[in-house]
Amino acid sequence: MNIQTSYIISHLSKGMRLDGRKPDEHRKIEIEIGPIEQAEGSARVKLGGTEVIAGVKLEVKEPFSDTPNEGVLMVNTELSPVASPEFELGPPRETAIELARIVDRGIRESHCINTEKLCIKVGEKVWMVMVDIQPLSHEGNLIDASGIAAIAALMTAKMVKYDEAGDKVIYEKTDESVPLDDIPVPVTFGIIDGKLIVDPTLEEEESMDGRLTITTNEAGDVCAMQKGGACSLTFELIEQAAEMSIKKGKEIRELIRQSL
Amino acid sequence: MTTYKRNDGRKLDETRPIKMKVGVLKHADGSALVSIGKTVALAAVYGPRELNPRHMQESDRAILQCNYTMAPFSTKERVRPGPSRRSTEISKVTREALEPALFLKDFPKTTIDLYIVILQANAGTRTAGINAASLALADAGIQMRDLVTSIAAGKIEGHYVIDLNGEEEELTDCDLPIAYMPREKKFTLIQMDGKITKEDMKNVIKLAVKGCETLYEHQRKALLEKWSKEGFE
Repeated sequence: MNIQTSYIISHLSKGMRLDGRKPDEHRKIEIEIGPIEQAEGSARVKLGGTEVIAGVKLEVKEPFSDTPNEGVLMVNTELSPVASPEFELGPPRETAIELARIVDRGIRESHCINTEKLCIKVGEKVWMVMVDIQPLSHEGNLIDASGIAAIAALMTAKMVKYDEAGDKVIYEKTDESVPLDDIPVPVTFGIIDGKLIVDPTLEEEESMDGRLTITTNEAGDVCAMQKGGACSLTFELIEQAAEMSIKKGKEIRELIRQSL
Repeated sequence: MTTYKRNDGRKLDETRPIKMKVGVLKHADGSALVSIGKTVALAAVYGPRELNPRHMQESDRAILQCNYTMAPFSTKERVRPGPSRRSTEISKVTREALEPALFLKDFPKTTIDLYIVILQANAGTRTAGINAASLALADAGIQMRDLVTSIAAGKIEGHYVIDLNGEEEELTDCDLPIAYMPREKKFTLIQMDGKITKEDMKNVIKLAVKGCETLYEHQRKALLEKWSKEGFE
């Protein structure tokens, strides 16, 4: 065990973290709505020193054959070197893919997007909602920052026009919002020395054994979970995380609402 | 409440038929074939062996490299060969589900390479893959804290059900795969798709743990079948 890890663990046993937070405390969350005018919806989220921008773009595509009357959601992340010297150019690797898929799963499984309302012509044309996440600064917990940014961007996204005769999208925003029924919020816990810490920093990420992300919705139901890292955890710890994610999710949801 | 009848006649807490066999490949250091219902997973292990390129080596431990692939013919619509976002993520969570069971510090600078091929897919491919991988690691003679077992559970029409099949995956309120070390009583994989209450989540996990304990017996039997024959205990 290196010195930093033992330092973090010894403080944690007294209920303290290196930046003065309590184990169940997030860093300061700042949400700015609509920084990207060109996008149908966008949000910039700061989670302490971690910062991401999420943008929503709409396209018209053929639906998947098994869901001919439903629009399509896609979440994509690229870990560009602008956010951290650790990130390299090139096609997304497993960290970026996992990040995008955790955010995607939370949104998809909460069914917050009413995909049937995104159908233009059954079996032929549907709206495709593309959520792209661009991290600007990585100081830990990109998952929560990305998840908050993605849902905030979606909540403010406006539909654009579609010219059926010419089969092209006219990128003029309408007053109509992207049909949204729920607000899923991911909460990520670092697992270190058998304890949970909410919203781990980069320092803590380097020392922790693993993490657990739980996404909850407005009703306090669990809509997605994902464990990461080479650690194992007990049932009690999962229980504790579920409890806390519902409480923390509620606080963050309120914060998103206030920022709109 | 009416009881829910599963389309394949199973009880709610009954897994699909399980078959496990180790040592199925000639050239791998360890291998296993696991079928759970119509899902068939093959796993091969090489190593610990020298890791190249050397810059990837860890001076104080071995690394585990894991690759999950679906054979092009494994599903109704052909799977395009090559990595997908899904397979990349499953490779990662599989690796992280197995690492806690290994003593990687015993083999510095080396790699343990694990290849999982899904030969036939009908729900539960990642869990079948983990069961096969864990057996293959044991078959390769690599020391482990415990065997890693894996299964998914869900909730259909108000009933908790274990080991969802393809049709049930469409019906369930949630799909919650876990990997579990039964002797250590620890979870090494948790994912969930769906929407359920916290109480449901706990009950679904508890049911999955029961399934893992069944799988554990099958794994032990498969290992004994090969290794007791060759004069090992």
